[in-house]
Amino acid sequence: MVSKVSNPSDPHGGPPLAIKILIAGGFGVGKTTLVGAVSEIRPLRTEEMLTQESVGVDDMVGVEQKTTTTVAMDFGRITIRDGLVLYLFGTPGQDRFWYMWDELATGALGAVVLADTRRLDACFPSVDYFERRNLPFVIGVNCFDGADRYAPEEVSAALDLDAGVPVILGDARKKESGKRVLIALVEHVLDSMLRQRGTDLSMATY
Amino acid sequence: MGPSDERWLDEEAGPLVRPYAMTRGRTRHTRADFDLIAIIACTDATPDERAALGPEHEAILEVTRQPLSVAEISSYVDLPLGVVRVLLGDLLDQELITVRKPAPVTDLPGERVLKEVIDGIQGL
Ligand SMILES: Nc1nc2c(ncn2[C@@H]2O[C@H](COP(=O)(O)OP(=O)(O)OP(=O)(O)O)[C@@H](O)[C@H]2O)c(=O)[nH]1
Ligand SMILES: [Mg+2]
Repeated sequence: MVSKVSNPSDPHGGPPLAIKILIAGGFGVGKTTLVGAVSEIRPLRTEEMLTQESVGVDDMVGVEQKTTTTVAMDFGRITIRDGLVLYLFGTPGQDRFWYMWDELATGALGAVVLADTRRLDACFPSVDYFERRNLPFVIGVNCFDGADRYAPEEVSAALDLDAGVPVILGDARKKESGKRVLIALVEHVLDSMLRQRGTDLSMATY
Repeated sequence: MGPSDERWLDEEAGPLVRPYAMTRGRTRHTRADFDLIAIIACTDATPDERAALGPEHEAILEVTRQPLSVAEISSYVDLPLGVVRVLLGDLLDQELITVRKPAPVTDLPGERVLKEVIDGIQGL
């Protein structure tokens, strides 16, 4: 298993770049499926053991309790070239693991928020979170079989998104679909970067 | 009572308990030292005899012969991140590994890299 892993960076070459992208969204919306569809390795799983005060969580008034929970995160990898690797992290689906998100979001390039039109509200917390953190994100609408179809503008309005936040319809099981939503995200990050540079745009070098 | 006795006791405590127990009272490396996507590579240094590396340390050294992210290490050796970070701290103390931290948050990849990423995804 380990021997099949390709070298993600050249220890003797230039500084390797690892880019982190988050795949967020409500419980069971297709995050792991999307990671698996585009990753060059089967989605890996890492766990973090968390000790948390469970006050408020279980509504036990005045009872302070420490519990240890295990939070699982799935992730996949896309090697762009030697020394440039993309890591996709599926965020834990439950809201109460928010503080795990902070670690995930730190240093991330951006996020894909997966949405299911049958229960759009499940992605509100993710949208709020990335808006608050000012992390660029796109919405990937995972069109489950049997779900009503909506136009991107309708989803955008229902989520009250800022103008310019891309909404992409797709199927998390399909690789091409995953590629489209990831490309939309990186393009969105590029756009925001160039827009910030404003008038320097015409002088942008690459 | 030689060091081997201590080690035997350690092992009896089980693979999960021990790393946590070992951290008591010691300086810990911070979470920031071992970012999820920091790349770890083992060095050629020989472990200190007295360091009594456990099987989990050895497992990490084994998988990092090829540089690997912290998240991947955790997945391959099948230990929670928190435990892996402690073990990595031990290995770093002994200079048995090198850590390449990801670029600082303020240092987003440039336009050229992002275009490379887009092309790379396109070509999948
Ligand atoms: N029909 C259909 N099923 C899908 C689609 N995407 C995911 N699924 C199925 O929905 C289920 C949940 O998908 P996951 O990828 O596990 O969802 P998740 O967001 O990772 O779930 P949690 O990690 O538990 O929050 C799986 O059985 C998938 O096969 C889709 O586009 N269409
Ligand atoms: Mg999942």
